[in-house]
Amino acid sequence: MSEAAAVDTHEHGAMHADQLEPSLTPGNMGKLGMWSFLAGDAMTFGAAIAAYGALRIGNPNWPSPAAFLGITTTAIMTFVLICSSVTMVEALGSIQTGRMARYRNFMALTVLGGLLFLGMQAFEWHHLLGEKGMSIKVDLFDATFFILTGFHGCHVFGGVVYNSVLLIRGMTGKLTPAKANLVEIAGLYWHFVDLVWILIFTFIYLI
Amino acid sequence: MTTQAAISGHEADHSGPNYIAVFIYLSVLTAVELGVYAMGLPQAAKVGLLIALAWAKAVLVAMYFMHLAMEKRALAIIAIIPVILVTFLCFMLLPDLTTRMWTKFDHPRPVTNPAEMGAHPVAPPPMQVP
Repeated sequence: MSEAAAVDTHEHGAMHADQLEPSLTPGNMGKLGMWSFLAGDAMTFGAAIAAYGALRIGNPNWPSPAAFLGITTTAIMTFVLICSSVTMVEALGSIQTGRMARYRNFMALTVLGGLLFLGMQAFEWHHLLGEKGMSIKVDLFDATFFILTGFHGCHVFGGVVYNSVLLIRGMTGKLTPAKANLVEIAGLYWHFVDLVWILIFTFIYLI
Repeated sequence: MTTQAAISGHEADHSGPNYIAVFIYLSVLTAVELGVYAMGLPQAAKVGLLIALAWAKAVLVAMYFMHLAMEKRALAIIAIIPVILVTFLCFMLLPDLTTRMWTKFDHPRPVTNPAEMGAHPVAPPPMQVP
């Protein structure tokens, strides 16, 4: 998208989904900043998952995850997070095209999806800590499980707060279609959280 | 029709990705994952399939929800760097697997239920290597 076209769409508040924020222009570094943060965050998750793999492969007595971790709840959690990613892109498309009521509805659904995920994770942890006798102090299987899923849960919580702020700003009129790039940047974070969960679901629960 | 073509714009009001198609692909891949998990395949085949499916889903999210497919190449390079570095990290961890002392000893999972204590005594702590 040319600079002139970008200025034009901002002035008229009628951006389209294909007219994304310019990536590397000096006046609009938000997206580059978020991508840089996500690259660092990806290294943290990558290192944690790699360490988990090394510990697991190196221990012949590593328990079978299936003996402790049910996948029914987590499969639903995965589906909820995928759905919330869809509502996030719909919220972005809505604000880019100036449909603020639709934006608020989809952003509210995104926040709701995040809260639902956190609620189900709390339910799962309660079950594992209670009935299954798991604890971060028992062994490396338990420690790696709680650290990885807990760290991801903290990210989901952060995303819920982030999205809630954008929802409230949209409800109070402080967020307008001219600032749709803020929603796109928040969306990058939210989709990253979804992406990481896809990997955690596979490496921790399914394998 | 290719996946790329199917995902590319279908709505009249904009030419962005078809997010519903991406959602359907992700849901189907998740269902396939659960199928692979429940099928009782040999461990190597199961692990290989599940990792391939997880990466397929991750790439779909990054390419279409995070717009990497439509972005400048510079952002894709930023995104791929952690993947390359973590791959190297996995190789860097390999020596640890061959040298770690405690892997050579049998340390069963500690028993947390007191009723089972008699049958399965708690394992001693891992050997401390100075």
